[in-house]
Parts: sequence; C-alpha cells; structure tokens
Amino acid sequence: MPELDPVVSLENVTVMYGSQAALRDVSTVFPGGAVGLLGPNGAGKSSMIKSLLGLIVPSRGRMRVLGLDVAHAALQIRARVGYMPETDSHIPGMNAVSFVSYCGELAGLPRVDALQRAHEVLFYVGLGEARYRNVETYSSGMKQRIKLAQALVHDPDLVFLDEPTNGMDPKGRDEMLDLVRDLALAKNVNVIVSSHLLPDIEYTCNHVVVMDKGQIATAGPIAGLKGPQGRVFELRFKIPAAAGMSPIAGMSAAAGTSVGARTPVTFDSFLERMRLAGLECHATEDDVMRVFVPGEGGARDIFAIAAAERVQIRHLRPSVPTLEDVFARAVGED
Amino acid sequence: MPIHDQGYRHYGGQRSAPGRRWAVIARAGVRTMFSKRAFIGLLLLSWLPFFVRAVQIYISTSVPQAAALVQVTPATFKDFLEQQSIWVFFITVYVGAGLIANDRRANALQIYLSKPLTRVEYMFGKLAILMGFLLLVTGVPGLMLLVLQILFTGELTFFRENLHLLPAITLFSVIQALTFSSTMLALSSLSKSSRYVAILYAAVIFMSQAIYGVLRQVTGDTNVAWVSLPANMTQVGSAIFRVPLQYKTPWPVSLTVLAGLILASAVVLERRVRGVEIVT
Repeated sequence: MPELDPVVSLENVTVMYGSQAALRDVSTVFPGGAVGLLGPNGAGKSSMIKSLLGLIVPSRGRMRVLGLDVAHAALQIRARVGYMPETDSHIPGMNAVSFVSYCGELAGLPRVDALQRAHEVLFYVGLGEARYRNVETYSSGMKQRIKLAQALVHDPDLVFLDEPTNGMDPKGRDEMLDLVRDLALAKNVNVIVSSHLLPDIEYTCNHVVVMDKGQIATAGPIAGLKGPQGRVFELRFKIPAAAGMSPIAGMSAAAGTSVGARTPVTFDSFLERMRLAGLECHATEDDVMRVFVPGEGGARDIFAIAAAERVQIRHLRPSVPTLEDVFARAVGED
Repeated sequence: MPIHDQGYRHYGGQRSAPGRRWAVIARAGVRTMFSKRAFIGLLLLSWLPFFVRAVQIYISTSVPQAAALVQVTPATFKDFLEQQSIWVFFITVYVGAGLIANDRRANALQIYLSKPLTRVEYMFGKLAILMGFLLLVTGVPGLMLLVLQILFTGELTFFRENLHLLPAITLFSVIQALTFSSTMLALSSLSKSSRYVAILYAAVIFMSQAIYGVLRQVTGDTNVAWVSLPANMTQVGSAIFRVPLQYKTPWPVSLTVLAGLILASAVVLERRVRGVEIVT
C-alpha cells in the first residue's frame, strides 16, 4: 500500500467565489492509498482539488500536499501530482502520443523519456491501438482515458481524479475503476477520487471524505463509517395462526400487520418485547425490518425472543451497511 | 518488452528544473505551425521581398551605372521592414489568433496550469511562438540583407558608416514583433473562437488607421497620428533608423502608445489566463 502518512491536509480552508463560499472553514486530512472525495454536485469537491493544485487561492487557511505547503511550493507539488480534470480537456491539433508526450515534457521529463512513457501509459489506459489518432476525434470514454494518461505520464506520487467515469459506458466505467484500483493497490500511487457516484468510491477506495455544502460532512475509513458488521440484521417474521387469532396471519412484519393472539401476540407486542430486550427495530421501504442488537448479542437474541413469543422467523441475515447509508447519514438525508 | 506486457512503470530518470517549460510550449507551437503547408507557403511568400532587395543590393554594388537608381541607404532597410508589415499582419493573424483561443476552446489551460509551470511561463511560451515567426520575416531577413551588402561589396565601409543599422534593425524588429504579438495574444485570450479573434485584430489595426484618417481630414494635421497603431510603428521606426519623421506626432509619444498597448495586453492576459474560470 502507498504511504500511510497524510498525503493531503487542509486547515480551516475557506474558498470564496465572489460572495459565494465554495469551501467553508474546511479542515481534514487525506491518508495515503485510495481516498474518495464524495459529495453531491456543488459540494465543493472540484474547488478543493483546484485549491490543492494552486489554481485557486483560498481566502483563508493552510493546505499541504505531500508535505509541501501549497501557498509556497505549488510548482514542486504540481511536479509530483497528476490531475485528471472533470471536463473534456486536450491540447488542440495533437494526436494522443503527441499530447501525452507533450504533457510529460511540460512536467519536466526529457523529450525522449516523455515519448517513451507516453506510449507506455497509453497502452496502460487502453488506448494503445488509437494512440496515433487526433484526440479531437475520440469518443467520450476515450477522452476520459487520455485525461488519465496525461495525468500519469510523469509518474506522479499522487493523482487527483475528478469524476473519472463521467460519460463512460458500463464496460468502460468498470475498466476505468479497475485502473484506479490498480494504481492505488498495485502501483503504489496515492489516488484521490472525486465523485458523486457512491458505487465508484466504494469500489475503488478504502477511505472517504464526504462533503456537503462546502463543508466536511464526515470522513474516515469506509469500513469504519459503515459501522460494525453482523450486529444489524434484516428480519422478516410471521405470526402463525396458532399464536394469534387473525385470519390474515402470515403477512410480513414490515407490512405493518398486527395480529391478535391468544396470549395476545401482536405485531406491536412482538416489537415491544424486542425493544424491552434492548433491540432497536426500524421498518424499511422493503419488506423487511432492520434490527440492531447492541452489545455482544446477535441473532441468537432475536431467535430467543421469537421462540418465547412463538413467532416464526422467515428471514434473518446480517445487514451490510452501504456507503449510501453513510452518505445519507452524513448529509442528513433519510 | 512485448507490447502486451507493457504496463505502468515508475519513472526513475531525470526531470528538468522549473523555469524552462516555456521553451517546451514554444517548440511545440513552432512544430505545429511547420506541419501546415499553408503556413509554409505563407512564410515563403513573406520572403519574396527579401530576394527583391537582395537583387537590388547586388545590382547597386556590381553595376556602377545602376548604383544611382538603386542606391542602398539606411532608409532601404527601414523601407524593407515597413514593407514586411503586410506579412507581419498575415502571420500574426494566422499564427496568433488561435494561440490561446484554441486552448480555451479545448479547456487546455487547466491541463497546462496543473503542470509545474507558471502562468507567466505559459504566456511567454505562447508569445515566443508568435514573436519567433515575426522576427523570422522582419529581423532575420533585415540582418541578412546587411550581411549581403557587406558580402557583395567586399568591404565594411557602408557598415562602418552606418553602425547604428545593426541595433536599429534588431530593435525595430523586436518592438514590432513584441507589440503585435502581445496585442494578438491579449485578443486571443478574450475568446474561444480564433476566427473571431482574427476579425477583432484586423478591426483594431484597420480601425485605428481609419480613425486617424478621419481625424487628419478634420484637423488637417498629422499630430493625431498617435491614434493609429501602424502610424506609431512607422514613427518609432523612423526615429530608430534616424530618418526624417513621417508624422508630426513626437516619436516618444508614439513609443509611449506602443508601450501602453503592450502593458494593457499584459493586464488582459493576467486576468484571462487562469486555470479556473470563475463566473460570479
């Protein structure tokens, strides 16, 4: 894995566009490896990346990239950093090899080395066969790849990828995500992936910084943010006729059916029984409930209560929280 | 290594120090222009006056009877450079209109400025492309004519008597190239369309001359020549070559106007050449 020390840190950074704040007093760190910068459109992700490259000067705060102060060492930083912009960008009138080689020379590589590396990275990103075509004739997916190639040609220590799968078809998207993963995991290149697509971040990154309205909503390892696995369960149960008096027994709990019972076991009483035992129960949009079992308990606790109440468990499995849950929680969505 | 085995490798070679990346931009720009046949044709055409002048110098030195008709004086060199103005115009439009406009159209500025080069280096690189070609049709043939004069006569008498010609040709060519290049670059940074930039540049040149024409008719005086960009250039050229001034406008005024134009262009470039376009 790449270096574990923070590769990027921001301290109280504020970026203003006129009277509009793009970043508001942002303080966070990006560890080495693959880090996702997640947030809805307009959250300030691109502004943060451009500030870190020195393209935008913040009105307040301090930023460090690879241990260098952005305010004083922007050129040294840019020599060690690659940037794949969000929008289509190329140098007009050049074919792919010339373009990528030119970018290598601009980054300080000698001409011969830049040309050699241009060929290599174009093969790496999957443009080997199309490398002598004019970039302006490329499809959207190919333009994404060429942007990645120009960001990699000088062998950066850190790459900023701004919406790397924009405009790509499913196959191309998967290949691009595989490239990003390979860079971080196999090639030891630190990667910061800015995206509003949660699956992209979840697939490529092990750490995430979630932004919303110019502020950090949450940050940390994705696994940690999702919470401990196996303690939240998806549950569907049935109250058998023998246990209750309702003729419609058998509908799912999540559907909200309450059933009269001999002793009287009802939907509400079963939930109440679980709550008394310290379990948290929440209905979901699907036909299941989410049950949180605190402490050391687990599925056994749920089975025990169900057995005592003579309720049939029809479906019980550990619930795996998604990054979507983390994101929704962080930005205050239901 | 077989092609199918080629993948991403780390680079362990040398990297050049920051500060010279403008030369990379300039080299690439020159290569791009030389790959266009139309441009090579334009460049060859712009050298035709040089060959005509070379013949004139040859005749004046080798045919004594014709020397009075085609006599070579310091004004010959100034006239040659002024004659080249039309080619300066065409090359400025052909080469310069798209220099920044095309980069803006293709969102290339964020690519450039995400590399270890400054905005000044970027602008200097672009300026070097246009200035280089302009000097190639003014200063270079001008100096070559001076060398030809020495070679054809086989003596240094003319050169010694007109020692100021060498710096004069150089200085005037540089002022001319710098003024037109910076003006064109500034206009190029204002738009994403090179055609629009070309029209804008032609308008600046011809409108300033037209306004001067109208003012001269109204006032009956050439004191107002400072409003015309070509007239200012002519006036400064006359002062540099130590020949009689063509207009009543004092040459320091003309020089100040040209310097002001270069400064204004620099301000426009400073505001327009940015990695991020912020619209508030």
